[in-house]
Amino acid sequence: MAREHEGAVDLGRVDEIVARHKGREGALLPVLREVQDAVGYLPQEALERVALGLGLSLSQVYGVATFYSLLYTKPKGKYTVRVCESAPCHVQGAQEVIDTLVRELGISFGETTPDGLFTLEKVSCLGVCGVAPAVMIGDRVYGNLTPETVVAVLQEYR
Amino acid sequence: MRFYRAHVLVCAGTNCSLKGSQAVRQRLLNELEEVGLADEVKVVETGCFGLCEQGPTVVVYPEGVLYCRVTPDDVPELVREHLLKGRRLERLLYREEAEKAVQTVPQVDFFRGQQRIVLRNCGVIDPESIEEYIAHGGYEALGKALTEMKPAEVVAELKASGLRGRGGAGFPTGLKWEFAAKAQGDVKYIVCNADEGEPGTFKDRLILEGDPHAVLEGMAIAGYAVGARKGYIYIRGEYALSIERLEEAIKQARKMNFLGDGVFGTEFAFDVEVRVGAGAYVCGEETALFESLEGRRGEPRLKPPYPTERGLFGKPTVINNVETLANVAPIILNGAEWYRGFGTEGSPGTKVFTLTGDIVSEGLIEVPMGITLREIVFGIGGGIPGGRAFKMAQTGGTSGGCLPAELLDVPMDYDELAKAGSALGSGALLIMDDTHCIVDIARVFARFFEHESCGKCVPCREGTMRIHDIMTRIATGRAGEKDLDNLEALARTMTMACLCPLGQAAPVPIMTTLKYFREEYDAHIKEKRCPTGTCRDLAAPAATPAAGKGV
Repeated sequence: MAREHEGAVDLGRVDEIVARHKGREGALLPVLREVQDAVGYLPQEALERVALGLGLSLSQVYGVATFYSLLYTKPKGKYTVRVCESAPCHVQGAQEVIDTLVRELGISFGETTPDGLFTLEKVSCLGVCGVAPAVMIGDRVYGNLTPETVVAVLQEYR
Repeated sequence: MRFYRAHVLVCAGTNCSLKGSQAVRQRLLNELEEVGLADEVKVVETGCFGLCEQGPTVVVYPEGVLYCRVTPDDVPELVREHLLKGRRLERLLYREEAEKAVQTVPQVDFFRGQQRIVLRNCGVIDPESIEEYIAHGGYEALGKALTEMKPAEVVAELKASGLRGRGGAGFPTGLKWEFAAKAQGDVKYIVCNADEGEPGTFKDRLILEGDPHAVLEGMAIAGYAVGARKGYIYIRGEYALSIERLEEAIKQARKMNFLGDGVFGTEFAFDVEVRVGAGAYVCGEETALFESLEGRRGEPRLKPPYPTERGLFGKPTVINNVETLANVAPIILNGAEWYRGFGTEGSPGTKVFTLTGDIVSEGLIEVPMGITLREIVFGIGGGIPGGRAFKMAQTGGTSGGCLPAELLDVPMDYDELAKAGSALGSGALLIMDDTHCIVDIARVFARFFEHESCGKCVPCREGTMRIHDIMTRIATGRAGEKDLDNLEALARTMTMACLCPLGQAAPVPIMTTLKYFREEYDAHIKEKRCPTGTCRDLAAPAATPAAGKGV
């Protein structure tokens, strides 16, 4: 969830997370996930603290933070709308759902609505191909979508 | 233990949950309470039952009556009719054809053709109860291995079974274990690859949701066989329910001493930790997965050295897919000979497939290796909806090949599919009817690989981009004949020069569509026409595609 309008990042919480994982093998990914959960995204100050705390170079930490699609170095909207555009969803009409989302939200992929509510993203596969086409909003997955039902789903969050 | 006169199994797999199975379960509990049957009838939340298309599914035992598309509003009638009065609720029974209601699970075509070894407990037991797993023979194989077999005997049994890796590559599992067992080093690891990212594949998710202990047991047996004390399960970040069930299962197993120090009162110690990925398809490649687990970008390593020699944290490592590990306990318990009784000579056992696309019964199935594509699509899967014609099936996910109707009789095993230019891969089966455009779908494959290339090696980084570029030009009528030559040259180069299977496989789906559906490519390139009318930038089709022309 975005804290776009908030001020300073609570670095104390970042330190606390780092301290809990310090010494654990391959701690960086779990640490970044937890920091993101706590802060909302991974701002540079937080990445610097993580690097310092774990004894890693900032370039390694930044490299990891920007490699994975579930890690964000920029603030997001309150809800991330992740729409699948892979073949199984495509075959079941994902393109119409995607077009509807773009039109309905009035933004392109990677953008956030002006009210800060939604960020729109394309993803490769959500692993729920049995109910394609699928969209994930926050932690919830919605399947068997049509242009009509996806609009109804968005309304739940407005 | 308490005895119930009936058990009502409610599928709580992801697909049924999305269709409202939780509300059905809650309503069942309320309703049973109301009619005073709460002490006589037990409601069990199970993992995926496989029949996702018909969800939410409910099965009432002891008879095994299958009810489909159950809504909370159906529940009062279901409880009063079936459980109170003992009459089956006809209108909710599974129907293969409009007039033919099927009464019980074994009578359903969808299940009749299946052989469930990996999915033995999925949809049958409560995945959150270790007691139910044990009651179904769970952890017996681990006990047998630890108390009656030497590690080398466990490895020998696996080798004799002929089990091959179910993640896609099909490497002999027993051989992999043997290499790791013989590798020098005090510290070794077992890694379960649950980073299921192949589009169209959701088998590992449903195995972990439906029977997490089966995977833990397989890992512990592997640990004993190769001399590892620690196991990691690397799982996709999107698989929240699987992660939750795994964490719970690990806790239960530790409490019962199936994990931890002195397992089964022996010297053997083994523990498992779940590590959650952060969204990268390439991390399904084993060395990229190690990089990610170690806290780096998920970029593949150069092989050799192979993981069994230098894997996770530089130590000898066995890395197996979820489905592979779920096969281990039954093999140890029943023996290699029994396992070879299923499947084919070169690919013994069963395979779990996920059926998606234009097929009547979308869902999860397990069948003996060597069954034909036709049997799966038209037998178990119920055929193509709406009387349309079968056009093609993509096997093995987006990195697999596309097979036309002429190849419907190909036996589904590692070697036969490889001969057809495709792959068994992850077990994804994407079925498409004759309304879909080959060029359009190939463009979607190309876009996927461009997006998922990690960028480490040039042939993949540049090659996936160029392929997508060419496919887009074909789909929009801006391509010439030379583009197909370039495509072929590019495919050859990538297959030879890419660092890991992502780049090596990226041209496969494209090239098989070109091989089997050349005339559709020609229509787009030479006539600037899309025969199915799918490609928006091209002229409408000259003639409407024939409908209802069965295969």
